[in-house]
Amino acid sequence: MSKLLQVENLVKNFGGLTAVSNVSMHLDNNELVALIGPNGAGKTTLFNLLTGVIPASSGSIVLNGDNGTYPLNGKRAYKIADMGLSRTFQNIRLFKELTVLDNVLIAMTSKFKEGFIPTIFRFPSYYRTEARLVKEAKKLLAIFELEDDIDVLAKNLPYGTQRRLEIVRALATKPQILFLDEPAAGMNPEKIANLTQLILKVQHSFHITILLIEHDMSLVMNLAQRIYVLDHGSLLAQGTPDEIQSNKAVIKAYLGEEA
Amino acid sequence: MKANFKYNVVWLIMMVAGFYLMNTLIMIGVIDSFIENMLVTIGINIILATGLNLIIGFAGQFSLGHAGFMAIGAYATAIITQTASTTGGFYVSIFIGIVVAIIAALIVGIPTLRLRGDYLAIATMGASEIIRILINNMKMTGGAAGMFNIPQFADWPTVYIMVCVTTIVIVNFIHSRAGRAVKSVREDEIAAEAMGINVTKWKLAAFVLGASTAAIAGSLHASYLQTIAPNDFGIMESISILIIVVLGGVGSITGTFVAAVVLGVLDTVLQNFGALRMVIYAAALILIMIFKPTGLLGTWELSIKKIFSRSKRKERVES
Ligand SMILES: Nc1ncnc2c1ncn2[C@@H]1O[C@H](COP(=O)(O)OP(=O)(O)OP(=O)(O)O)[C@@H](O)[C@H]1O
Ligand SMILES: [Mg+2]
Repeated sequence: MSKLLQVENLVKNFGGLTAVSNVSMHLDNNELVALIGPNGAGKTTLFNLLTGVIPASSGSIVLNGDNGTYPLNGKRAYKIADMGLSRTFQNIRLFKELTVLDNVLIAMTSKFKEGFIPTIFRFPSYYRTEARLVKEAKKLLAIFELEDDIDVLAKNLPYGTQRRLEIVRALATKPQILFLDEPAAGMNPEKIANLTQLILKVQHSFHITILLIEHDMSLVMNLAQRIYVLDHGSLLAQGTPDEIQSNKAVIKAYLGEEA
Repeated sequence: MKANFKYNVVWLIMMVAGFYLMNTLIMIGVIDSFIENMLVTIGINIILATGLNLIIGFAGQFSLGHAGFMAIGAYATAIITQTASTTGGFYVSIFIGIVVAIIAALIVGIPTLRLRGDYLAIATMGASEIIRILINNMKMTGGAAGMFNIPQFADWPTVYIMVCVTTIVIVNFIHSRAGRAVKSVREDEIAAEAMGINVTKWKLAAFVLGASTAAIAGSLHASYLQTIAPNDFGIMESISILIIVVLGGVGSITGTFVAAVVLGVLDTVLQNFGALRMVIYAAALILIMIFKPTGLLGTWELSIKKIFSRSKRKERVES
């Protein structure tokens, strides 16, 4: 059976630097996979390649989604988002001067269409579409306990809340695959435990696949069904959390740093 | 839904009331032809500046070529109404002006809107200069001398109604799915793309809509003043429109209205000061920019909805 996302020999060069080198990986339906590796290993760059934020130097990315099989190489980021790949950003990129609600509504833009004329002349259908959109957005926000903040400007939210809003915004695009870049960064252990539960809940209730980058090992080991380890742009290892924890090369390159 | 209907009715009543107020003031002679002239100029500037505010304030694209699109509308009306000299001909000319402006905006926008900040400003300024130079060298447009005796079909009610219509279109565009998409482009292009927003498409949408309303303003300008020349649509005109936007508040349509009125009145009053006029005008601008750099109103908007919900809250507290 073909994989939901199949990545073959992906390469990204920045001038002389090879940030991602010959990476092959896959994601299955409804999986929760972690991508770990030391700072500068190329994890975020790999996310950028998969979501079309930057083009790959070579290699292929193929999606076997609900709507058929599509190569994603060379596609613009908004098309890839439309096909069901959504993400958060390591250095939070919310629409800062807009409200929490607007941030989420924007992510629904391509899913709820409304013509120019009905919009401009405020036909009843315009108000109906808008009401449906807002209802859906509020439902998502409630899952992340953000329903009381809908009129707050995104820039005025505390850091951890901004990270949660980014997840809500990504979910609003109705993704098949969700990429989370360090969702727990800067959170205390209590908040991380809370986030872990939320991520599990999201994965189950939305039936989506999640690939997450995380440095917090407790979160990774609790959540991930499989783990990929990236080091200097190349895949160093892959396997279950138990396998990774006992992998000598990983301990040496990654966990070993801390010992 | 009912509440939305209520707000829309209030806006409509305000527009109709404004119309009758003007009408009465003209009839009893409070507004003479001199003031009427000033009000029409203010109205045309409002149309121009709300469109530019959409492009600069909401889509975040620093365009400095608005006068070029205005010129297209002006010349469309001048040329067409000189042969088809009827009210119908006038409205056809507005329509054709809009169509040509849309085509021009696409030709200009597709290559330039990928540029950022200063680069985009210079590129759009150049594009608008190209439009002006083309007009300057065409027979049909009367060359550098311009066109005279354009039949007058635009009177103050035409301008008033067009101000209302273009403002409704732009404000409703801003407060919709489209407007949110456009604002997300201003906020963060990379995040917007990653959330499924076709950044190029929405930038162009704002640019094209702004260009079409500028063409309408140009048509009104030509038909009301009855004389136009290529030099009316140079870089200075684009800058004047920009000044209204910046003074009122980048990202506030209400501010654009206030600034257009303030500058229109100031300009008229200062006409008695002769050469000192431009100095006082410029000094006033500098002072406002020093003491209120976000413009007179920042990003504040007059909202019937907010006024209603505020008075409701007060009632609840009082009862
Ligand atoms: N746009 C870019 N241009 C040039 N070099 C880049 C660019 N983006 C990333 N790099 C380089 O690629 C390498 C991998 O960076 P990347 O951000 O992918 O690492 P990471 O694994 O996400 O690290 P961290 O854990 O610190 O987030 C780094 O050496 C980085 O400096
Ligand atoms: Mg990173």
